[in-house]
Amino acid sequence: MFPTPLDKRPPSARVTYQAFLPLALIAWLLPLLAVAIFSIKPGADFTNANYWGVPSSFNFIENYGQVFFNSDMPRYLLNSFLITVPTVVGAVALSAMAGFALGVYKFKANIWLFFMFVAGNFVPFQILMVPVRDLTLDLGLYNTKTGLVLFHVAFQTGFCTLFMRNFIKALPYELIEAARVEGISEIRIFWYVVLPLMKPALAALAVLIFTFIWNDYFWAVVLTQGPDSQPVTAGITAFNSEFRAMYHMMSAGSIVAALPPVAMFFLMQKHFIAGLTLGAVK
Amino acid sequence: MTHATMPQTEIDRTFWQRNQQTLAPWLFLMPAILFFVVYVIYPVFQSFNLSLYEWDGLGQAEYVGLRNYEDLYWEYVDRDSFYVSLKNNLIWLILYLLAIPAGLFIALFLNQTVTGIRLYKSLFFFPFVISQVVVGLVFTWFYDPAFGILNVVLGWFGAGPVNILGSESTVTYGIILAGLWPQTAYCMILYLTGLNAVNPEQIEAGRLDGAKGIKMLWYVVLPQLKPATFIAFVVTIIGALRSFDLISVMTSGGPFGSSKVLAYYMFEVSLSEYGFRMGYGAAIAVVLFAIMMIFITYFLWSMYREEKR
Repeated sequence: MFPTPLDKRPPSARVTYQAFLPLALIAWLLPLLAVAIFSIKPGADFTNANYWGVPSSFNFIENYGQVFFNSDMPRYLLNSFLITVPTVVGAVALSAMAGFALGVYKFKANIWLFFMFVAGNFVPFQILMVPVRDLTLDLGLYNTKTGLVLFHVAFQTGFCTLFMRNFIKALPYELIEAARVEGISEIRIFWYVVLPLMKPALAALAVLIFTFIWNDYFWAVVLTQGPDSQPVTAGITAFNSEFRAMYHMMSAGSIVAALPPVAMFFLMQKHFIAGLTLGAVK
Repeated sequence: MTHATMPQTEIDRTFWQRNQQTLAPWLFLMPAILFFVVYVIYPVFQSFNLSLYEWDGLGQAEYVGLRNYEDLYWEYVDRDSFYVSLKNNLIWLILYLLAIPAGLFIALFLNQTVTGIRLYKSLFFFPFVISQVVVGLVFTWFYDPAFGILNVVLGWFGAGPVNILGSESTVTYGIILAGLWPQTAYCMILYLTGLNAVNPEQIEAGRLDGAKGIKMLWYVVLPQLKPATFIAFVVTIIGALRSFDLISVMTSGGPFGSSKVLAYYMFEVSLSEYGFRMGYGAAIAVVLFAIMMIFITYFLWSMYREEKR
């Protein structure tokens, strides 16, 4: 292990390390802690310029209650879910099939199709912006959740296919050959042989895509407007202009908006990290 | 080929059964290719084409040849926008790479086994999971000249107050620092996973040879972390060139347009209150694409070499 494990060092090193660890964490999360503190302060503290003093009262319930019952935030949150969940399902389904095709079959166009997905995945959003917006307008899907979902599914398919294909390539190929000898059709091989083995990859991708799409801001601004269809990332800017200079409300709103992917991460940590670090180890 | 010449078993099998090995991949690929071509590949070419037109998004598009690019090059339309954006993109690219050594540093720091270390690792990674919109807001307040923690801390040392986002000379660096926060967390997790897989025997061998500290890191550990470094490099470069959310949330390109990057400038030109100059915007997007293409080609080439092995 590198660096040298602490139990092979003098005990003083261990004590210093354990004392230093929480301090480092607090420093690292300082900007965020500030927002968390703001979110439980009463509004009066800000008008009295009591930014960093002891809160004059503990307003957790009032502030978060306002966010949930007296603003558009619940609608934005619902929109985010209605955009994120179908995207996850769609992108994972499309890429599972595409990844299977690219990982299992040998044909001439294979590597080029694979590179098309990889390259498209790196393209800057701006070069897609005007055509995709026009297409969405032409389909009558501008300012709808469906319009956003369709684009997200398409774009995420690039990354997901890369991921799935590499995962499937690492599976034992003999399994598929054995199934073929048995005379099982290719579609059944996909469904009954490969798909069950892909569960870890499916889970990892689902968590990852959930976070990516939930946090998307650019496409939300380009393809939607207003509380009917905008997700929470775009909604928070509207929320903030509604509660201008009410820092306690803006803080509580931001925390609520950021929470679902955070919860997802802590619940599905193993899958999340497996997804992110695929390929980081040889 | 006629049926008469086929062996009996071939006749009994349907067209699908005979050809499924060739047909199946295309069947599986069809939906993904369809979506990807319609929404990603074809639009790239549309944008290239659009950059040769002048178009307000509604009326008739007028063919103007390369004039949009000339306007960009000489900055005829927007004074001090294109080159400021380009320069800022360059600053982003270079400084954003600091996330890689910073991530490695934190990963080395956290690669110990003490009680609760798993929770510490998760909490250090935490900024990456938060949306950039919230990160932008958090850092806007962090820098705030009236109440930001930064100035509170500077005040303890008798320095400040500074208005990072209000000054043309510091604003870009302030936003980059905000971007480095989640990006460092990302690189950290890549390296933590990589460090887990480092071969302990090689470390021991290195120790016997008297390698320690930095030397051990450079000659024994880092070579084994190469795959992690490559991915960290890819995601950091892409992240730097994609920077849009933070700029939009923190400064809207200001003050006086000094924190714009190409991605933001393009959006501003095509879709904001500054007008709907779609063709001009497309030309900016093409420039950004060209910069990105240098890296995409390099990434694909590296991957191709790996595939060939």
